[in-house]
Amino acid sequence: MTRPAARSELLFSGSDWDFRLLSQVYDAIEAIAVEDLHLDVYPVQMEIISSEQMLDAYSSVGMPLMYRHWSFGKHFLHQELLYRKGGRGLAYELVINSNPCIVYLMEENTMALQALVTAHAALGHNHFFKNNHLFRQWTDASSILSYLDFAKRYIAQCEERHGLAEVEAILDAAHALMDQGVFRYHRPPKLTSEQRREEIRERLEYEEQSYNDLWRTLPASKHGTNDEPDDSTTERKETLNLPEENLLYFLEKNSLILEPWQREILRIVRVIAQYFYPQRQTQVMNEGCATFVHYTLMNTLFDRGMIGEGAMLEILKNHSNVVFQPGFDDPRFSGINPYALGLDMMRDIQRIATKPTTEDRDWFPDIAGSGDWREVLLDAWANHRDESFIRQYLSPTLIRKWRFFVLADTADEPFYEVASIHNERGYEKVRSALADSYDIGATRPNIQVVDVDLLGDRQLRLQHKIKDGIVLEETGCDATLRHVRKLWGYDVSLAGVDMDTGLTVYERTASQIGD
Amino acid sequence: MPIFIDRRLNPKDKSLGNRQRFIRRARNELKRSIREQVRSGKIADVDAEHTVSMPANGTSEPSFSDARDSGQRRHVLPGNKRFVPGDRLPRPAPGMPRSGPGLKEMEDDFRFVLSREEVLDLFFEDLELPDLVKVNLKEILAFKPRRAGFTATGSPTSINVGRTMRNSHGRRIALKRPKPEDIEAIAREIATLEKSTPSVAARERIAALKAELDRLERRRRLIAYVDPVDIRYNRFDAQPVPNANAVMFCLMDVSGSMGEREKDMAKRFFVLLHLFLKRRYDATEIVFIRHTHQAQEVDEETFFYSTQSGGTVVSTALEEMRRIIGERYPSSEWNIYAAQASDGDNFATDSERCIALLDGEIMRLCQYFAYVEIIDERESHIFGSTENGTSLWHAYEAVSAQWPNFQMSRIATPADIYPVFRQLFTRQPDAHNG
Repeated sequence: MTRPAARSELLFSGSDWDFRLLSQVYDAIEAIAVEDLHLDVYPVQMEIISSEQMLDAYSSVGMPLMYRHWSFGKHFLHQELLYRKGGRGLAYELVINSNPCIVYLMEENTMALQALVTAHAALGHNHFFKNNHLFRQWTDASSILSYLDFAKRYIAQCEERHGLAEVEAILDAAHALMDQGVFRYHRPPKLTSEQRREEIRERLEYEEQSYNDLWRTLPASKHGTNDEPDDSTTERKETLNLPEENLLYFLEKNSLILEPWQREILRIVRVIAQYFYPQRQTQVMNEGCATFVHYTLMNTLFDRGMIGEGAMLEILKNHSNVVFQPGFDDPRFSGINPYALGLDMMRDIQRIATKPTTEDRDWFPDIAGSGDWREVLLDAWANHRDESFIRQYLSPTLIRKWRFFVLADTADEPFYEVASIHNERGYEKVRSALADSYDIGATRPNIQVVDVDLLGDRQLRLQHKIKDGIVLEETGCDATLRHVRKLWGYDVSLAGVDMDTGLTVYERTASQIGD
Repeated sequence: MPIFIDRRLNPKDKSLGNRQRFIRRARNELKRSIREQVRSGKIADVDAEHTVSMPANGTSEPSFSDARDSGQRRHVLPGNKRFVPGDRLPRPAPGMPRSGPGLKEMEDDFRFVLSREEVLDLFFEDLELPDLVKVNLKEILAFKPRRAGFTATGSPTSINVGRTMRNSHGRRIALKRPKPEDIEAIAREIATLEKSTPSVAARERIAALKAELDRLERRRRLIAYVDPVDIRYNRFDAQPVPNANAVMFCLMDVSGSMGEREKDMAKRFFVLLHLFLKRRYDATEIVFIRHTHQAQEVDEETFFYSTQSGGTVVSTALEEMRRIIGERYPSSEWNIYAAQASDGDNFATDSERCIALLDGEIMRLCQYFAYVEIIDERESHIFGSTENGTSLWHAYEAVSAQWPNFQMSRIATPADIYPVFRQLFTRQPDAHNG
């Protein structure tokens, strides 16, 4: 480590900050970030807020604008309580995936902290938002704020016109389905009728070309008729585009009882749920990226003599608080700290690229010793989500360092069993189990609309695909079904089908549950 | 260089709307919880913040979520010290907090603080002083300015810029005030002509243009851009605000026959009443009268907290009340309410005098008279339902039969205070319309 140079080159000294200083520090940090780490960021808008405003932002899911709903009031009370009792400190910053990227800085932060936060949020998170494929694909950073502004005004207007209670009922129901209100995959674009005719023609042509009279002579299959579902069922499923994983979308488009403004509210909730969907899939990566960036940038600044030793000590202290990870048996343990895991994995990639061991060469032949860790990281940040990132880059070294182990938990047995630990046989298993636990598709219940007979009883049929025997929690499930019925207007049923056996494990209908 | 925005001075309480929505939603349960607390604790504590637990009904946010006690799953945990594959760990007993590794505690399980205002709002909901607006009020004390069109005179602070500029624009068009563009165009033409080769035609043209320019300049100076005649001011009318004058008389017996318990209960009743009045009616005046064998008007502090003893002559208090009404609160201008608390003891012949006073004068002046009798707990089952009672109770029953705006009730335990209070002051929808 080079010795810090003369005092005059320091970006700042002392703990007080002002806007000129913030701006200078940002420019210095950005210069290094761009030339050294090749980061690519949105323009930045920094907003200074007080602690109370930070609490406000917490309660409205971190957005600067939000429509009004009682549940946000409840969350605010909870956050406030935690804060006042000292159970949890407030974040030093909050960053919003928008263009320009909005970074909230707390007024109480010292200058050293502001520098740290700038590197973390204004550059680390910002780069991730701009470059990760999930965010690029699913969120429109430049329009989210104006959309939220529209949503807030629209819902306020609805409240005026239709009454608080009416709007609240719709929002309650929509919030209950928020998890089921996202598209997980892009769909192929809808074909025009011309394209569809073309497709049919091509298929017929192919059938003509590959015609073989022999097929005709085959005896008819015994259960041939049973296997083929009813023609009308197939057709109506096709017209409604079933099965449909996005419940809110389906209800918005197909519910028979909703008024236009109610559909618009469903749409607003759905759009917001979709906006947050990438963030939920990239916790480790997002925080890891930001932490790695601030750690690297701050050290570079220190090495170049641009920040003093005192400030650096303060920064390091905060840094180590953020990446603190107690073991599972520690009373302070509350799950895996995404900051810690993300940073460790990224520093590990840096190590593998520059100083690989033989083991690393076996596990990561394409990056081990390549020397260009920046390229590897930029590529990972752009193209992975937590699940795939862990599946690809969690190294045995890190598994040993963290002393990961897998605990098998079968509900009806009176004990947990240790399934794998950090040994030669366990690495693969630990890695894939950890990756699975970050797979949002697997950790949330998989519920789809499978059928509805609009001409018949109009019962909306939902299907829950049960994986590993994990059923739904009953009271929550019943209450949510009631909400679905409120939006659908007719009876709703939910069938639990085991994915392995294909058997229906349970079936509930909203009419059975009652109010 | 980033954009900076200083948000620290933005309005606070951005989430106030959410909080209000939340409290409205949980209203019934919060109300019950506060009343429970007040019933068990001191009445005076109503006037403070309250900690309540998160109501269970109506504030849960359901969603489809996995049941924790089903199926197989795998947890990946850090910090293995001694486990090898195949080791078994006992499952913690169900119902323990953190029943599984890495489980978060439930967010719904917490207590939070309601502010004093919110507590009082919930506590006094549906209560109202009966018939407050019945008396036609002649006296109007307050005026409130209200926008009423425009005027040509006024103070500079209330200039209406839009109107003024519209007038000025119209006047400028009507009087053909030369536009700056026109003048500029002529000046430019003169300049180009002067630069070009001087000829007779050009010189003449220049002279004509200069004359025109001169004319325009003069005209422009004469016709002002904004003339005093253009100026309009916002006009404000003083709108009378009907002012409901109300005065509440609190009468309490502090004689020797009132034991500590009775005094305490009476005080509790009045504290509640006092809070209620302070909360509901900003302008309500309150007169405290305490009496033994003689009555005197006292201030709030003395009324609630100082002690005195002596015999009991209830009529003295009523007389004092009548005197004060006569002196300060003419019934033509004031809504008059009264609440009296006593243990029912009275000097033997005085009850008749009380009836006479009430019947003869006071009830005609009053909008409402509430009498609360504090009785012994052991007597409550005797007096609770039957017609038995003290001499004062009997006397007042006669009054009650005659006057619909006279109410009486008995309190035996502190727990009765709030129900009785509610019964006395429950909002009566359209009860006395007309």
